[in-house]
Amino acid sequence: MASKSIKLKAKAENGETTVKALIKHPMETGRRKDKESGELIPSHYIQEVSCSYQGEPVLTTEWGPTISKNPFLSFKFTGGAAGEKVELTWKDNKGGSESKSATIT
Amino acid sequence: MNANMKRRLFLKASLAAGAVGMAVGAGLLTPRTVLAARNIAAFKAETVGDALKEGMGSDAVTDSAEIKIGGPDNPENGAAVPVEVTTTLSGVQSIALLVEKNIKPLCGVFYLGKRMKPEISIRVKVGESSDIIAVVKSGDKLYSARKSVKVTIGGCG
Repeated sequence: MASKSIKLKAKAENGETTVKALIKHPMETGRRKDKESGELIPSHYIQEVSCSYQGEPVLTTEWGPTISKNPFLSFKFTGGAAGEKVELTWKDNKGGSESKSATIT
Repeated sequence: MNANMKRRLFLKASLAAGAVGMAVGAGLLTPRTVLAARNIAAFKAETVGDALKEGMGSDAVTDSAEIKIGGPDNPENGAAVPVEVTTTLSGVQSIALLVEKNIKPLCGVFYLGKRMKPEISIRVKVGESSDIIAVVKSGDKLYSARKSVKVTIGGCG
């Protein structure tokens, strides 16, 4: 599953894997006003991010709109070896969703 | 919430394995029940206490020195404040991140699978100078730590 919005990197070291993800997303809170029209910009934010390792769920998160724009997420899990796969999926409040898998280095 | 988390992980894991997949096929479980419902009330809560009651099941928290919140103290721009939560508590089930003075304090809840190390980095929006609170659920009890950050430009638009 190709995704343009997710940059995903995973590196195994000393028996644990560090995953770093950068997601391109506006994360609109719904409280911001358009500078020209003065109208509220509707909320548009990621609500759920989940990450799995070789098909096994590792981390599931629920987000509100106060996670920053273009969210950066980093975490660690035990195990993992070069060549194995991690996959990350996000879903937003407008029904948008993208997944990306990366090979652990 | 813990049971909920376990159910999520269980269902996801077993769906992958195909065990529950058959139940879905047989109409016993609809896909809607497989995706655990989003905890709307927790994210709508306007106080830290309410957000914890809805999101973590209780607002009874114990301060713990075993939780560390990293990141800059004076990030200036509140639009993207780096926060790093680490803890030496064992058996961490979930971690909630809140910004006390934000209109809706709850930023996110992280449910940790078995393999996860309790080390998470994320960036949050901080509307005005406030305390950032991390609440860790371990052994069905809640522990928390806080850290104050100063922002000169609010990050909530």
